[in-house]
Amino acid sequence: MSEEKNKNINRRDVLKGLATLPVAGAFAYSWYQKQKLSRMLKNALNAEVNLDEEQLAFSTEPTNKIIIRIGIIGTGGRGRHLLMAAGFVHPETIDDWKYWANENKTDKRYEEYMQQEDLNLVVTGVCDIYESNAEKGLKASANSYRNGIDGKMGNTPTRYNNYKELLEADNIDAVIIATPDHWHGTITIAAAKAGKHVYCEKPMTWTVEETYDVVNAVKDNNIVFQLGHQNRQTESHFKAKQAYEKGLLGKVNLIEVTTNRNSPGGAWQYHIPENATPNNIDWKQFIGPAPWHDFSLERFFRWRCWWDYSTGLSGDLFTHEFDAMNQILNLGIAESATSSGGIYYYKDGRTVPDVLQMTFEYPSRDMSLLYSASLASNKKRGKVIMGHDAYMEVGGNLKLYADPGSTKYKEKIKEGIIDPKLPLYSFTPGMKQVDAITSPTEQYFAGRGLLYTYRGGKRVDTSHLHIKEWVDCIRTEKQPSCNVDQGFEEAMTAHMGTMSYHENRKVFWDADKQQIV
Amino acid sequence: MKYTNFQIFWLVALRVTIGWHFLYEGLVKLTNPNWSSVGFLLDSEGFLSEFYKGMAANPDLLQWIDWINIWGLIAIGAGLILGIFCRVAISAGVLLLAMYYLSHPPFVGLVYAMPTEGSYLIVNKVLIEMIAIIVLLVFPTSKFIGLDRLIFSRK
Repeated sequence: MSEEKNKNINRRDVLKGLATLPVAGAFAYSWYQKQKLSRMLKNALNAEVNLDEEQLAFSTEPTNKIIIRIGIIGTGGRGRHLLMAAGFVHPETIDDWKYWANENKTDKRYEEYMQQEDLNLVVTGVCDIYESNAEKGLKASANSYRNGIDGKMGNTPTRYNNYKELLEADNIDAVIIATPDHWHGTITIAAAKAGKHVYCEKPMTWTVEETYDVVNAVKDNNIVFQLGHQNRQTESHFKAKQAYEKGLLGKVNLIEVTTNRNSPGGAWQYHIPENATPNNIDWKQFIGPAPWHDFSLERFFRWRCWWDYSTGLSGDLFTHEFDAMNQILNLGIAESATSSGGIYYYKDGRTVPDVLQMTFEYPSRDMSLLYSASLASNKKRGKVIMGHDAYMEVGGNLKLYADPGSTKYKEKIKEGIIDPKLPLYSFTPGMKQVDAITSPTEQYFAGRGLLYTYRGGKRVDTSHLHIKEWVDCIRTEKQPSCNVDQGFEEAMTAHMGTMSYHENRKVFWDADKQQIV
Repeated sequence: MKYTNFQIFWLVALRVTIGWHFLYEGLVKLTNPNWSSVGFLLDSEGFLSEFYKGMAANPDLLQWIDWINIWGLIAIGAGLILGIFCRVAISAGVLLLAMYYLSHPPFVGLVYAMPTEGSYLIVNKVLIEMIAIIVLLVFPTSKFIGLDRLIFSRK
């Protein structure tokens, strides 16, 4: 090309320069058409589902300033997690978290803990019957400023060797109970009678009889009782409840809940510390209401494996599933229960089964609740609520699929607005976050919405929210979400499953007499 | 460089279709409020997987990566379709595609969680698309057909 031609842009240049502009136009038009179609589909779906705009029913009020004085009974693994959720962590753990946060940018434990709301609590009493746990509990409880070992500590609480002494203390308003299952009822009753508010780990009771006594003690003494089903705080469960109540599932006829784990820790074969001896464990107090057995480190540290102290899969893990379903569907106590299973994998001397199936019937609501558990297979099975029009999978997130045979969605499926292969509605809080959680047991709990949830897009420990609700209710004289009535339903339903397993028969709930028959 | 009309037509067709693909990929990500590169990065395998997973682990960096992906794809797409700043657009495109390819190389023995729509051994469509735009770099067309003709003809 000559110099002259280069200097002037002629008509030919403009035409060739803009020759692909129609392609851009075609793109814009196709994009517009595609957006229009997906907007139309979305609007048509929203007319049917309409869950996104709705507010969730949990409180986001900050906690008020009245200081509540806490006593904790049982500072083993779970007890110390509850202390953390209440705002008290062992200084060495803080240093550990800081170290790991430096090593690995996805490790947010320190950052998240420091962001956890201050609940205005002070721990004034600690009771544990194993020396090492008590010491760890004391150190954590004194760490009211959330410091590492070199930092400033608060007052060290009084250590009690016996829970009864702790309950007598005047400087304790409320207690957290995180003992083995066989002590839950007994200590709750004693605490209520002493006028202390109670946060008790699940299951609420170990025997059927004490369940009535717990309810009476809590109600007669007018205390605020919260049962430790932290799933009550899980965001996706609130959404699931909305979806169910809006009738999006149609008539629900079957609910399937499951437990799948496959690790020694998941099957309750916990580590036995080398320094543990009869000298630093109060064995007699451990036995308590259980039948006498000679000192056994295995029984002490792996108590979940024996009926003598445990409630087995039914009380330990099914109760989480049941309470989530009770929260979403308001199930109440099952009308009948049958169960079967056995010790099929962990033949380590345990008495509780490691594989268990339980079927609970709700004929007056035309539905069944099925529980199926294995401690020796990781096959992932969700919590599924099945209705004629749609089914819903609930965990940390939520997915709702229309059923191809649905009556309600028949027209929309035909018109191509609803595709049964794609979720009709899905809810994934904190989608953009990276998850650094690793241990299999933690993954199990996280996947079931039991470890953390989201508030305003931020990840929060569900146990923290559950304790917050409890102490806020103490301050404002309200009832928390998992109160003793919910606890009664949880305990009785779980006991029915266990009773059916032991007696190898179908058991029934007599609603008039409020008895298992 | 001198082309026949026939050669120009097919080279421009290749440029425009690849541009269309880039532009659409970018806009889809832009309009999906939940899109993030995190899942893709974490799914990485192969000799560079630690590098990609490290990107996912850093939230500040991740925000940048998301931004660059979205606007990079859109800008490259528009550049290829309209033939504007085509050399820069194609070079950036080669870089992005190389990054995609190396994060999920279809090498023997590597398995991915993310679904693919075909069967690949070493060569996949990302690699082919990358080589195709390298061809476009070697046989440039935007100064014949495209806005670069107007921009670069003015001295």
